[in-house]
Amino acid sequence: MNKKDLGLLVLIVVVGLVVYLRNPLFLSPNNLANTANLIGLFGLFAIGQGFVIITGGIELSVGSIIALLGVLFVDLVGSKGVPWPIAMAIVIALGLLLGLIHGLLITRLKMQPFVVTLCGLLIYRGVARGYTADATAGFPFGSEYPGLDFFVARIGGVPVSVFVLAIVAVIAWFTLHRSVFGRYLFAIGKNEEAARFSGIRTGMVVTAAYVICAGLTALAAIFFAMYTRSVQPSSQGNFYELYAIAAAVLGGFSLRGGEGSIVGVVLGTVLLQELQNLVNLLGIPSSLNFAVMGGVILIGVLIDQQWGVFRARRRIGEIARAGPQQGG
Amino acid sequence: MPTGDGQRVANRPFLRLTGVRKAYPGVVALAGFDMAVGHGEVIGLVGENGAGKSTLMKVLGGVIRPDSGTIEIDGIVLDGLTVGQSMKAGIAFVHQELNLFDNLDVAANVFIGREPRVGGLLNLVDERRMRGDVTPLLKRLGANFSADTPLGRLSLAQQQLVEIAKALSLSARLVILDEPTSSLPLAETDRLLEVIAGLRDEGVSVIFISHRLGEIERVADRVVVLRDGQRVGELERAEISHDRMVQLMIGRDLKVADTSERAGRGSVALSARAIRTAAFPHRAVDFDLHAGEILGLAGLVGSGRTELARALFGVDESFGGAVTLDGRRLQVRNSSDALAAGVFLVPEDRKGAGILLDLPIVENITLPNLRAYATGGFVSKARERQQAETSRRELGIKAPSVETRTGSLSGGNQQKVVLAKWLAMRPRVLIFDEPTRGIDVGAKSEIYRLMRELADSGVAVLMISSDMEEVIGVSDRIAVMHEGAISGVLERADFTEQNILLLAVGRSIARPGQIGETLK
Repeated sequence: MNKKDLGLLVLIVVVGLVVYLRNPLFLSPNNLANTANLIGLFGLFAIGQGFVIITGGIELSVGSIIALLGVLFVDLVGSKGVPWPIAMAIVIALGLLLGLIHGLLITRLKMQPFVVTLCGLLIYRGVARGYTADATAGFPFGSEYPGLDFFVARIGGVPVSVFVLAIVAVIAWFTLHRSVFGRYLFAIGKNEEAARFSGIRTGMVVTAAYVICAGLTALAAIFFAMYTRSVQPSSQGNFYELYAIAAAVLGGFSLRGGEGSIVGVVLGTVLLQELQNLVNLLGIPSSLNFAVMGGVILIGVLIDQQWGVFRARRRIGEIARAGPQQGG
Repeated sequence: MPTGDGQRVANRPFLRLTGVRKAYPGVVALAGFDMAVGHGEVIGLVGENGAGKSTLMKVLGGVIRPDSGTIEIDGIVLDGLTVGQSMKAGIAFVHQELNLFDNLDVAANVFIGREPRVGGLLNLVDERRMRGDVTPLLKRLGANFSADTPLGRLSLAQQQLVEIAKALSLSARLVILDEPTSSLPLAETDRLLEVIAGLRDEGVSVIFISHRLGEIERVADRVVVLRDGQRVGELERAEISHDRMVQLMIGRDLKVADTSERAGRGSVALSARAIRTAAFPHRAVDFDLHAGEILGLAGLVGSGRTELARALFGVDESFGGAVTLDGRRLQVRNSSDALAAGVFLVPEDRKGAGILLDLPIVENITLPNLRAYATGGFVSKARERQQAETSRRELGIKAPSVETRTGSLSGGNQQKVVLAKWLAMRPRVLIFDEPTRGIDVGAKSEIYRLMRELADSGVAVLMISSDMEEVIGVSDRIAVMHEGAISGVLERADFTEQNILLLAVGRSIARPGQIGETLK
């Protein structure tokens, strides 16, 4: 954990403390479990987004993928009678396929990530709404699906999604920060040309990042579908890509690529959900929700960058006082 | 300010620096430096990196103030300049890295930041006046493009003319050119040297900074040699010679490279037949590269040398043709195929393609072969560091530690990092594209030594270079490219600048009987 992550953690604790002092319900088991569940759900695809942002790309279709795959999953299980494990496999495979298509369009056909995924955002949302003729996809009344409740279950009071996020985060951490693949991602994000001249198959690595992102988003889509029980294709997952990008930015990712950490993006997700919770608990009109979030992100990033500028200047000052070096 | 004082004394120089001193903590960048620049005089300023040239530029540009000493401009003595004073005195800079906008046209670039306005509150740019002012400047410089040519369409040399036009439009009286030719092809270098001579004839003074001593020799009226922040020598026109300059710069004699005849070269390592690149799809390249030799690849910039190197290394597509390595067919679809075969490239654009400036030295060195330092996909930092330490020792990379950010190293040391990453992987064929561009004389000779050691150990070395001295001094054979094809191959006995130039412009050379077999 680096200093940036530590700063974020301190901010999370301080905000939590303030909310708790104003409304002790914040630490009630039920509120904690609910918030933790949301952190689990949002964290999954935020980590995916992190992989893409590290390469200097962006994935804007996250929210629409959650809507489309959510609709499909509910429809497959609810009306087509497909056993849920098979439906889950289909949905996740479909997610991976979408990621592969995005990755290939970007690396093979040299389209810009913003354009590809913006079109994805529009297309998948449209397809989701068309598929159900804009109707809400839901499970038949009174139907029971043994096993499916797993997605919304709690183990010892802790939602399953939190465990899933923890496992995914640990794997992602090793992948990004310790593996060969992770090093390639950082190298490509910093300078794709130099990475290519070092013999890295940059196209394959970048494509893999989009596949990972869409795969995790598909997993999150199933969780969301089970969480809401019914999926409204026009609103499910709206703006979720922005939550993911915001979490990554708060967590120290650079949108230019090459910078970021898994701990950071998870903490960013935690802070965002804490802020949502704050709005509810402090009686702030929920219509101000986005304004609060935007304000905190802006101030957070501003302080972080100014702090960086300050430290750089102080360091130069110290070097200037201390010491021998070459001039010229 | 000192411009236009009317009473100009005939031999009073335009600029005189006396005892200029500037110290930084722990280092004296300028130690009592003296220099005079006359009206319409071309001064060649030479010195190794770190000799104090950039500090001197900053003093003249008004960016820093000297600790002591005086700067006299047109007879007015000052103890330091501000940026405004420097500009007003007519001192203009043309930097090595051009500060131009390739999405704007020539006139817009010349007037960037000080556009003439029309239309009152509408505040429109007066395009007509800009063009009207720029056109005569371009004519004066003999430019073959016009004021409304988009900058992106100009060659590097033409872009430099735009920078000079910008300086002239600011009524410059002293133009300081910082390594203007380091990325120029031969023919364009000639043009630039002509422009410099033209400026002199019009009474504009020029300070010409270059590592290419041959050019200094050609154009300078006087040479000032800088070492350790002091003027260690000054050569008048008649005394200027390559050897004298080198001697003064480094304080000792230095041979560019060992020019003794080598033992016979080894067997053919890499053989290319009918290779075509996207830049010259209608021309086919054939050549043989032997183990243990350094084959120089000369030619004008744009003759397809870099494209050939990129195709061999697999970063660009090649069209048709066949490459064999040690007798076996080599299929290179991407750079990782080339790597697997032991064919490596030290690219022309060191900062953009050779290394990742933001990564530490160790990660740059291990990047191409990261799997060798990993177990089960996870990288072992200890093993990486071990390799990096070995490389640092063997190549003499000067850095505080292997964790140092590569971007903070000098050009020569950065190039050694590029080399280190390939040497850690057993090269079979090593292609160098402009290996010593922007590298100072001392580091250059180290790079040459490393290249020679590699060749002696049996590696086949292909060296693309636009630096005549380098090509002639370092190569065992020289292949010359012209418009996408190899126009001739010279054996050592035929190594002359004239022969290379003739082949580079597509002519045959004087004694065709004696050229080494035209390869195949």
